[in-house]
Amino acid sequence: MNAIFAVARRELLSYFVTPVAYVFLVIFLVLAGLLTFYAGDFYDRGLADLQPFFDVHPWLYLVLVPAVSMPMWAEERSSGTIELMLTLPITITQAMIAKFLAAWVFLGFALMLTFPIWITVNYLGDPDNGVIFASYLGSWLMSGCFLAIGACMSAATRSQIVAFILTAAVCFLLLLAGQPQVLDFFQDALPGRVIGALGQLSITRHAASIARGVLDLRDVTYFVASIVAWLAAGIVLIDLKRSR
Amino acid sequence: MIETEKLTRCYGPLTAVDSLTLRAEPGQVLGLLGPNGAGKSTAMRMIAGFLAPTSGTARVCGHDVRREPLAARKALGYLPEGAPGYVEMTVREFLTFIARVRSVGGDKGYRRFEEVISRLQLDEVLDQPIGQLSKGLRRRVGLAQAILHNPPVLMLDEPTDGLDPNQKHSVRMLIDAMARDRTILISTHLLEEVHALCNRVAIIANGRLLADATPAELEKRSRYHGAVSFSAAGSGVSREMLARIPQVASVEVDPLDGRVTVFPREGRPILEDVQNLLRTQNLEVSEIQLERGRLDEVFRHITTSHGQGASA
Repeated sequence: MNAIFAVARRELLSYFVTPVAYVFLVIFLVLAGLLTFYAGDFYDRGLADLQPFFDVHPWLYLVLVPAVSMPMWAEERSSGTIELMLTLPITITQAMIAKFLAAWVFLGFALMLTFPIWITVNYLGDPDNGVIFASYLGSWLMSGCFLAIGACMSAATRSQIVAFILTAAVCFLLLLAGQPQVLDFFQDALPGRVIGALGQLSITRHAASIARGVLDLRDVTYFVASIVAWLAAGIVLIDLKRSR
Repeated sequence: MIETEKLTRCYGPLTAVDSLTLRAEPGQVLGLLGPNGAGKSTAMRMIAGFLAPTSGTARVCGHDVRREPLAARKALGYLPEGAPGYVEMTVREFLTFIARVRSVGGDKGYRRFEEVISRLQLDEVLDQPIGQLSKGLRRRVGLAQAILHNPPVLMLDEPTDGLDPNQKHSVRMLIDAMARDRTILISTHLLEEVHALCNRVAIIANGRLLADATPAELEKRSRYHGAVSFSAAGSGVSREMLARIPQVASVEVDPLDGRVTVFPREGRPILEDVQNLLRTQNLEVSEIQLERGRLDEVFRHITTSHGQGASA
């Protein structure tokens, strides 16, 4: 437990030592604001809620989470510090959990910094703050899902660029799979059950629940299961590389 | 204690380490000596738990690296090749991180931290980022990291590679000071290091163990062991006379500086005879030396004859 905490702490601090964290935070906040107002019609809808804001989150995470996750293992591998890390008295699982937690806390911090928009909507009208809170939690959970995919991809390669591209590609596919246009396209080719399963596997449907602030057990299960599965895959990859 | 048992590692069709069986006891400094690419680092990585053995196993203080990896790693201090470190961290942050992961805390941990810092003379660079340190300092930080938890077993992969002579000396002094009650395994391709540090040598090439002996025993295998060499003015005359001494096998003269080396027949002492002869010949000898044997020659002989045998 101590070891997990020590590694997580090191990882989290390492984000802030270099300008990476600050650049990321600025871009995240600017994009979150811009997309909400321009793509989400925040004002013109005339509704005091944050649905347009949360609607753009999956697309924001698609670009930004891979940037947070790409160094996770790829950098350790390319700089050789992985040899140090994996010969400390810590299991690969512990190291993975520690790294994931550090990055997830960082994303949570970035998400928290969007609070002015919450204040704004309260100033403009009378939103359901419970719904907004649930959406925030859901969005954080969703970012964890993207992050776990990134952790797995970062474990697969020593190149951060490759890790970024792979992560973005997988996340994009998972987002795309649930879009109505894509599902319609396969309507004739695949049986209805498969189409339904495809929709369930996609992040899109669960992201929509988040934006509405109605997280049910299925959404939470989906995200938690995804996080566990992708992290486990990453752990297996690192272990495979030890013996290959 | 470090034991390896038929430790083997393959990369595809290539066998990097081939059935390596070694044993190092407390108080011993075992030098893993071999040409570049002999499998030294691969063997160490398996003992440290970074790589999984293809077959065979290793034990650190009795803990099997496959079955009890964490216990084995706790007993081990390891300096990986090139002394990697997190470049963005300061020396203090880095060592604190290692102390936390290894649960070296409290008053005792603090005293140990101070002790290691002063032993490795890192006081002045404590707050500098590791990325800005010179090669020698980085190596010292790597050593500090390896000994912070006072491990009974220490494994150092090329600890003095790339250091200047002064730095080499200080690192060797340090290893020497720690050797008394610990098991130390170092890898090197520098023969001088073996003389300076090790009380046992394991020579490996192509992943195979070719010799396991003390440096003195290895020197005895040298053609030069027991040979007498001297420099004398106008020594050309004496060459035939030297060859006439019954115990002498051959005489060689260095074409560059005219230094004469007299080789004995199979382990016979010849120093006295050579000296007597030189005295009766009234030769002006500026310097005379009894050779202990040359490790570089033994090393070359062992590692290359093996290579030829394998390719034949």
